[in-house]
Amino acid sequence: MTMWVNVKRVARYGLISFIRNGFTSLSAVLNMTITLFVVGMLILSGAALNSVLVLLTDQVDVTVYFTPAATMNQIAQVQQQLTALPQVATTTYISREQALASFEARHAGDQLTMQALQELGSNPLGAALEVRAKDTSQYEVIAKYIESLQSAGAAIDKVNYQQNQMAITRLSGIIDTSRKLGIGIALFLAISSLLITFNTIRLAIYTSRDEIGVMNLVGAGRWYVRGPFIVAGIIYGLISGLVVLVVLYPLTLSWASGSQTFFGTFNVFTYFTSHFLLFFSAIFGCGIALGALSSYLAVRRYLKM
Amino acid sequence: MPSVVIYFDKVTKIYFDGAPPAVEDVTLSIEPGEFVSIVGHSGAGKTTLLKMLFAEVSPTEGAVFYGSREIHKLSDNELLQLRRAIGTVFQDFRLLPTKNIYENIAFALEVAGKSDEDIRADVPHVLDLVGLAEKIWSFPHELSGGEQQRVAIARAIVNQPDVLLADEPTGNLDPINAHDIVEILKRINDLGTTVLLTTHNKTVVDSIGRRVITMDQGRVVRDNPQGKYVL
Repeated sequence: MTMWVNVKRVARYGLISFIRNGFTSLSAVLNMTITLFVVGMLILSGAALNSVLVLLTDQVDVTVYFTPAATMNQIAQVQQQLTALPQVATTTYISREQALASFEARHAGDQLTMQALQELGSNPLGAALEVRAKDTSQYEVIAKYIESLQSAGAAIDKVNYQQNQMAITRLSGIIDTSRKLGIGIALFLAISSLLITFNTIRLAIYTSRDEIGVMNLVGAGRWYVRGPFIVAGIIYGLISGLVVLVVLYPLTLSWASGSQTFFGTFNVFTYFTSHFLLFFSAIFGCGIALGALSSYLAVRRYLKM
Repeated sequence: MPSVVIYFDKVTKIYFDGAPPAVEDVTLSIEPGEFVSIVGHSGAGKTTLLKMLFAEVSPTEGAVFYGSREIHKLSDNELLQLRRAIGTVFQDFRLLPTKNIYENIAFALEVAGKSDEDIRADVPHVLDLVGLAEKIWSFPHELSGGEQQRVAIARAIVNQPDVLLADEPTGNLDPINAHDIVEILKRINDLGTTVLLTTHNKTVVDSIGRRVITMDQGRVVRDNPQGKYVL
């Protein structure tokens, strides 16, 4: 007899047992739906948290102010040295004119300052370099490097790291903690819903333990006994996955504008539709794996020769 | 087939330390085509003896042979083959509750590797043999005890086993149904299948008029080739 015939029979019995054990199947599907919904929400909240952190990280930088007498060459040299650092993401050059323009814009309403500026006659501001690190925790290293350049005689007037240090350190801490907390909560939710689903399936199979015993006695091989339960487990996963994906669409749609207001740039609906393949594979993958694995382990308990 | 189909060689079974032996020093041989009734009080060791034949229980001492093979030294695969070659019927029927009658019997054929065509032909045939052809699409809970037991027998014989083990098959049945079941077992035996029956039922044993083994406290105390029910 071919393997294919066996597979067909096992699949058919799995489907039949799913249908005939309607109430048990329904409770397993509802339970797994909650688990898979948690998986979907974890992906969404992870992405939202990440976008907020990126937004915050973008606000932080270290600015190197050059003396007004610094030449273009000197500035270019420092910029080159900084860009070469592995910790540095980008450097942006701000010319003396740009610095003056933004200073004037900032103090447009401040008569006294503007008057003082006019009395000076010439541009008192030096050029500057805005340096962004790849990670907020790396600003200290960059600042130290800039200070070493300063003491080596580069035409650097000052670095604003000291002023920003507190904010940067605090922000680094917040970012780090929220990442760890996010991972912790995600793990806790994932494990607890996994255990609940596993238990539901185990209970569903517990009611069939006598049946498994009879199958053993009739001479059914392990896989012939186990197969239909695993197929039923996979069906739980497929149906629950489908329900979750169908529910997430209108749900994210209704949160779309709210999420954008709350998180700044993050739109849950756009994220859901643009990452649909990720949601599809994660939710169905988890559903199928969870259903099959739970059934496999639960049946193993009652399978004895 | 060898001249002895089942052989118990000085078999003792103790379920746990300190418990009295469920079976003690039993040596028995059963030949092909025999109809053997094993009788005795509850706890005499009848069921343990049968359980050792399909390897649900292992002997503490001694060995049990099926033909020339020692049952408890078989590999998992060989054990499955053995179970497919021995039909079993129990007091509590042990049908698969979520499968209908057709599927219950088809299941035994499927695990034996029969084709769909053979299954479609064999199931109605064997149900006809036990007089339940019209119940083919019913579920076990829709049948009476006697009918369920007949389905269990149909399932046990559908693979044409060499040996049929029946553990108190009439225990849950009224006298008329019990009589019907025994008639079916006799018919199966007439077709060449060795039958091992454990029972409490004196009427049943006396009506068979074949070999009777009497057990008491785990030991074989009487073995009559054409016995009656005597305790």
